[in-house]
This record gives sequence, C-alpha cells and structure tokens, in this order.
Amino acid sequence: MSDDLLKVEGLKAYYQMNYFGVRREVRAVDDITMSIRRNEIYGIAGESSSGKTSFIKVLAAAIRPPMRIVDGSVKYEFKGLAVDVATATPEQIEAMRWKHLSYIMQGSMSVLNPIRRIGRTFEDFAARPLGLRGAAFRQRVIGHLERLKLPADVLNAYPHELSGGMRQRVTIGLATVCHPEFIIADEPTTALDVVVQKEVLGLIREIQQDMGSSVVFVTHDMSVHANMTDRVGIIYAGRLVEEGPTRQMFFAPKHPYTAHLVASLPRIGDTAQRPALEGRPPNLAEPPAGCRFHPRCPLAVDKCKTEVPPLVDVANDHRSACWRSADVQPLVAPQAPQAARGVMA
Amino acid sequence: MKSYLFFVLRRLAQLIAVIFAGVTAAFFIAHLSPVSPVESIIGRVSGQSSYSPEAVEALRQTLTELFGLDVPLHEQYFNFLGRLIVGDLGPSLIAFPTPAMRIVALALPWTLGLMVVQILIAWFIGNIFGGLAGYYQNSRSLKAVGVVAIAIQPIPYYIVAFLIVIVFGYLWPVLPISGGFAMNVRPSFTPEFIFSVLHHALLPTLALVISGIGTWFLGMRALVSNVVTEDYVTYAELAGVDQRRIVTSYVIRNAMVPQLTALAMALGLIFSGTVITEQVFAYPGLGSLLVRAVNGGDSAVVLAVSCVAVIAVATAIFIIDMIHPLLDPRVKAE
Amino acid sequence: MFSVFRDLIRYNLEFAIGVVLVTVVLIFAGLSFVSPVDPITIYAAIPDMPPSAQYWFGTNSRGQDLFWQMTFALRNTLTFGLTVALISRVIAIAVGLAAGYLGGWVDRVLMFFCDIFVAIPIFPILILFYFVLRSDMNTMNLALIMASFGWPFDARLIRSVAVGLRHREFTRHAVFAGMSAPKIMLEEHLPYVMPIIFSTAMANMIWSIGLEVTLAVLGFTNLNIPTIGTAIYWANNHSAMIVGVWWWILIPVIIVVLLFIGLFLLAVSLNEYIDPRSRLRRMGA
Repeated sequence: MSDDLLKVEGLKAYYQMNYFGVRREVRAVDDITMSIRRNEIYGIAGESSSGKTSFIKVLAAAIRPPMRIVDGSVKYEFKGLAVDVATATPEQIEAMRWKHLSYIMQGSMSVLNPIRRIGRTFEDFAARPLGLRGAAFRQRVIGHLERLKLPADVLNAYPHELSGGMRQRVTIGLATVCHPEFIIADEPTTALDVVVQKEVLGLIREIQQDMGSSVVFVTHDMSVHANMTDRVGIIYAGRLVEEGPTRQMFFAPKHPYTAHLVASLPRIGDTAQRPALEGRPPNLAEPPAGCRFHPRCPLAVDKCKTEVPPLVDVANDHRSACWRSADVQPLVAPQAPQAARGVMA
Repeated sequence: MKSYLFFVLRRLAQLIAVIFAGVTAAFFIAHLSPVSPVESIIGRVSGQSSYSPEAVEALRQTLTELFGLDVPLHEQYFNFLGRLIVGDLGPSLIAFPTPAMRIVALALPWTLGLMVVQILIAWFIGNIFGGLAGYYQNSRSLKAVGVVAIAIQPIPYYIVAFLIVIVFGYLWPVLPISGGFAMNVRPSFTPEFIFSVLHHALLPTLALVISGIGTWFLGMRALVSNVVTEDYVTYAELAGVDQRRIVTSYVIRNAMVPQLTALAMALGLIFSGTVITEQVFAYPGLGSLLVRAVNGGDSAVVLAVSCVAVIAVATAIFIIDMIHPLLDPRVKAE
Repeated sequence: MFSVFRDLIRYNLEFAIGVVLVTVVLIFAGLSFVSPVDPITIYAAIPDMPPSAQYWFGTNSRGQDLFWQMTFALRNTLTFGLTVALISRVIAIAVGLAAGYLGGWVDRVLMFFCDIFVAIPIFPILILFYFVLRSDMNTMNLALIMASFGWPFDARLIRSVAVGLRHREFTRHAVFAGMSAPKIMLEEHLPYVMPIIFSTAMANMIWSIGLEVTLAVLGFTNLNIPTIGTAIYWANNHSAMIVGVWWWILIPVIIVVLLFIGLFLLAVSLNEYIDPRSRLRRMGA
C-alpha cells in the first residue's frame, strides 16, 4: 500500500454548455496533478470561481453535466477498494460513497432535509455503508454522537429545531459516522460565527486524528489553513499553482499569487497598507495565454505571457508553477501563524 | 404542542372571518335585487288565475313576513345571520314549502363527493408524475406528458366537460353522461345503487381530473426542478443515499409542501369547476341545483347555495391547513 | 425590451408558438372590423351549411355566416378578457405594492382581505349577481365583478417582490431624497413588477374568459352580444350536435382552445424568463 491515498494526474474537467444557441466551454479544472497522503489534512485555497469547487466535485465523484472529465485520472486507493473516478462504474462509486469517502458541505442551514428527523437522515446516509440496522445501528450512531458531544435526542429533532453550531456538528457526525478514509470538507465554517467556527475546526481535527483519515479542507480563508492543515495547495484559474507544507507556504511562498494571499492575512499590530492585487481572476472560458496569473503578476516578464510554467520542485516537498519562483519574496515580514499545524508538528 | 394549539386557533379565527365575510357579501348581493321575491310569486300566482285585490294584499303580507322582509335591511341582515347559524334560510320557491337548506343539504354530498375524489386523484397523480418529470428531466415519455399537460391545462372546466359529453354522448356512448344514478334504481344502501352511483360518477370525475391534473403536474415539475438543486438533495446524492429514497423523501416530499398551500389556494376555483362540470352532466349536486334555482327565480335556494359554498370551501381550506404541519414540521414554528 | 422579445422568440419554442397562436387569433378578431355582414342579423345566409369555399366555417341554424360571426364573437370575448385583466391588474398593483412597501398593519390588513377573496368560490357569487342583475348582466358589469375577484393571487405575488425591493439600496436613497411613498412605489418599484404583471395578465385572461364562456353557455349573460360563450349557447339551444351541425360547436371550441393555449404558453415562457425559480400555480384553473 503506497503512502498516497489519492493520486490525481493530468486532470481536465470542463463545463460544456449550449446557452441560447452559443456553445461555451469553461475550463474549470485544467491539467491538475497532485496527490493526497494518508492521515493528513490537505488545504485547498483559491478565490471564488478559481475552479476549486469544480475540482472537489471531481474528487467527490459528483460530476454532472454540463461538467465532464475530459482527460486525466483520479485514483483512490482505499482499503480493499481501488477506484479511478474518471473511469469508475456507478457500482464502484456507490461502493465508495460514505464508507470510504465522505463530504462535509458548506451551509449547515441547508444541507439537512428540513422535513426529516435527524435520525432518519442518519439511517438514509449511513445504514447501508455500515451494514447495520435497527437497535445496533442506533447504538452505533448514539455512540458516535456522544463523541461529538451531541445528546442522543437530536436524533428525534428536525433540523430547524437545532442551533447553527449543533447542526454543523450533526453534519460532521453524518460525514464521519462510517469512519471514512477520505473526507472532503468544503468551507465547513464559512457561514458560522467565530466562536462556533473555532469549535467546529477543533472537532474536525480531533476526529481526523482519532480515525487517521485524510481530509481535504477547502476554504478561501488563509488563517484557517494556517491553523488546520499539514499541506496547502493553491488553485488559480483552474490550475494548481503552488503546493507545499503549510509552514513553508506561509514563510517562504514560491509563487507571487501565494505571496499575495499570505500577505493579505491580518496580523496583530500590523498597521502597514497591504499591497492590493490588481485586476480580477480570469474568465475560464477564455483564459490568458502563458501563465494565467501574468496579467496581475508584479513579477511578470515576456516569457510568462507565452509559455505555461510547469509545476516543478522548488524545495523539499514543495512545488511551484512560476518561471520566476526563485525571485518570489514574502510581501510582509514572516510571522509565525498562530499554532500552525506544520509548525507544531 | 402549545405552538400547534396556537396555530389551530389562528387558522380557526381566519376560518370564521372568511365565512363571515363571504355570507355577508352573499346576503347584500342577494338583497340588491330590484325584483322582490314576494312580487315574483304574486306575479306568478296571479298570472294563473285572477284573485281579488284583498286576497293579493293578504298573500303579499304573508309572504313578506315569511321571507322576513317586513323589517329594515340591517335587521334582516342580523336575522339572516341568526338563522344561518341554525341552518334556516327560509322556504324554497321551486319546491315550496321545503326549506331551502334541506334542498341544499341533499345536493351537497354529491358535490363534495365529486370534489374530494377528483382532488385526491388529480392532486396525487399530478404530483407524482410531475415530480418524476422534474427529477428525470431527460425522460422522453415524461416530456411528452408535459406537452400534453401544457395543451390541456389552460382549457376551462366547462369545455373539457362539454367535449367529454360529445365524445361519450354521440361518438362512443358506453358510459352514462347524465344524472347521479340510473332512473330505475331506488336511492338506498344497496350494492346496485352504489354501483350505479359510481358508474354515473365516472365521466364527471374524468372531466374534472383532466381539467385539474395539468396544474398539479406542471406546478410539481417546476417545483421539483428547483428542489433538486437544493443542498440537501445534492448532499444526499453525494452520500450515495438510495435514489428512490431521494426522489420520494427528499425531493417530492419537500416539493409537496408548497403544492399543499397551492391546493388550499385553489380550492375556491376547484369548487367552481366542480359545480360547472356537474351542470354539464346534470349531476344532482349544488351546480345543477344552482342553475335550476336561478331559472326558477328561487332566491332562498340561490342564497343558501352561495352561503353553503362559502362555508364548505373555507372549511376545506381549514382542514388542509390542519394537515400542513404533518407534511412540514416548520409550519408550527412560524 | 425588444431584444428580450427577439431572444425569446428565437430560443424559446413555447414562447414562439404562443406568439403565433395569439397573433393568429388577434388577426382573426381584427377581421370583424372589415366584416361585410352584421353580427346581429339572422337568416342572412342559407342555414346549416357545412364549411365550404363560400362559407369557410359553414353557417349555423340561425342563418349566420360562422366565419364573420366568430370574428365578432372573438373580438367581444377578447375585449372582455382585456378589460378584466386591466382592472384587476390595477387593483393587484395597488394592493401588492402598498402591502409590500408599507408593511406592518397595512400589509396584514390587505393580506387578510386577500385571503378572504381567495377563499370565496367565485362561481356561485357570479350566479348570485346574475340572479340579481338579470338583463343588466352585460359585458361591462360582468367585467367589473370578475375584476374585483381576479386580483388576490397576483397581489400576493407582487407583494412578495415588493417586500424584497423595500430593503434594497435604491429604495433607501429614494426615501432619503424625500420621495413620497406613492412616488417610490410607482416610479421605483413598479418597473420591477412589470414582467409579473404581463405574465399574470395572460393567466387572468384565461381565467376570466373561461368563466365568461361558462356563464354564457348556461345562458347567464346577455345572449344578444355575440361572444364565444353565447355562440356555444345558441348552438346548444338549437341542439346542434343532435341535428348534425357539429361545426357550429366545434369551431368556437377550437378557437377558444387555441386562444387559451396561446395565452398559457406566453404566460409560462415569460414567467420562466422572469424568474426561473418561480412557478405559476394558478394558471386559469
């Protein structure tokens, strides 16, 4: 069994649509190669409409028209089950769902069926993958809820009867009750207030350590990455532009875009004006030639406008797709992100 | 439990308000009439044979008292409300001296039966097929059903009923097109009578279902195509929840909530449609009664039918509202 | 506005069919202005002639050329439907915008009346009116009565949009600029609800014309005015089906069904265009 649980190679996933008679092709995921190891929290960061949502849809095998995998492979190596999402049969996907791969969705308000008791939702989601029924199943669920500090009677409640924090804990419970090896957490804390946010993050980390699962943690909030993740990958305009251990990404970014994201973090006692990034993320239907970041890049040279920079090793376990990665400087003086996991480890 | 009680009380207040407003409107419309029911009876009676002026005057007084017209309008109104509560709206004219309310009470079950059966069939079948059409948007046969629904849906009750009478009356006479039961069967609880009633109810029900089902089909299809994009459906699909379970418990159940509200809002229209259809099939319900009463100049029965219609529809809406929390636990919390 | 119309015709089949049907019906009704015959005259042609080159739609038992007769009937029916739609739109706009913008007790009172009007079955009430008005039940009176029942669904719809508009930035600007409430509603909010008004007007016409046809067929309107409903009434009155003058019944039915389908397609496609998430729950039921 290899060290990698997931290997993505040359993945291209496009939206192909026909809108009012005009054909459009949006290259939401354009040639991504990466892997996720066992027992790690891998952070994915990027602006909205950078393609990160489409990327995790592919990882979750939730590919629906008009989106289509055009090229590449997405190979999982679970215990006793190997699946390539790009070529898998519906039966294979079915066998993988929830038992091996689960998902924590953003917006705890709307992810639970409003007219179904929580207990019934647990049955719908987890009874089949767990292979349990009746009292045995209920016992297992109640035991799991206790671990999440949730009382057993939430099973009899309707979603609208719970608070936002409780609901999010219920969805975490739903996603983890089957002890999956791979969990995708899509902005799980975005809609929550700060206190609840901290609690939920702690919970996800605790559960992950307990079960030894791999977690892909998606958020645009860099401070959450600093607190949660072992490694971070940055997606820009459908491409992975940099990836590396969280600590290195924050202290020594090797891509100008990462440097900008890190610099935009608020710091204690910081009064300096932060350099703003000009322009907007490109339209994925007509991405710019060469490096897609070049129109906004302060370091751009002529080469960047014509040639696509490959993702290459720039340091130990650290890759960047930039022709001038050697010249990238942190935009603000490095300051240890509070309790960065990479730092603690 | 307490919130449910509050919910029921609020709806009850609404029920009473609607009934009150409806019967008040009916009363005042009926009394706008420039033609007095007394004079029309006298006209009819004296047209048949000649009476002395004294006899006519005596008849006029008796009738005025009988109809309660000997007091000012506002007093008549309060008398009307009082008598409505005990279910007495004076004698019918076409079936004098049978109380108008008794005639209405005889017709009401036919109408209610037709209405309930047609709603049950049209609402459930329309919703189920509409739900499937909304979920399986690429299914060709369901798309074809949608085209048929769009073509049939805007056709009013009367025309549908009329076309069915033409088809089954002239082109393919296999089912009875008129009446509530066969002439040669005596109304009683015998299998023969019940069979006859069902036999005669087939075509009116068919006409009503055809008129009504398109609305529910199209409404449900539109609702479901919205519900499938809700996070809880996406999430259940990501979790690999059994597809039949998703379609039923996640998609259709949720889309049924607004459909139930829509049903409550459409009841007045459905009632009108039922009454119209009855008339086409000479079905012995309120519709036929209403038309007969208008043609016979029977103001007591016309007013009684209007009041009973208001009360029946408002009560039916109330009952649907009571079912609502069963389908949607959030209603009580509002 | 024009480009929206063009896009809808080009890419929305339902809208295109609706436009074609309604246009055909309108042109047909417009022919009444050049009609060589008077719609009231009877026995001007040979009675009971089936459709032919001379009489495209045949003639009826009263000796009228059905083709020209139908142009008048359709014109009157359309005029009636438009009148009801117009008046009830005005009420719906007034109630909907006021309830949505002013909120509070105004909203509660207006919506309470809305609920009452929704719950009252209109058909018995219309018959009650006919019972009282008898021969005074002309097109105008009927239109007024129907209009006063045809607004509550749409007022609710408009209100729900207006509630959303109330919290928008531009409304606050208008309030700070000292605009009066009626001015804000008419100048700032009305344009936003115009599309809804168009699509509900179609649905309203289906509803009102359907009821007019029903009342006329039962003989509960002024039968001397040619409308689609009275045409069917006279056909029934002469037992057209039994004596085999089927075209007398079939032609008005086909015309009115084409009109309904045309209006319905326009309403549905317009509605989808305005708000893909919305639905038309009442559509002439």
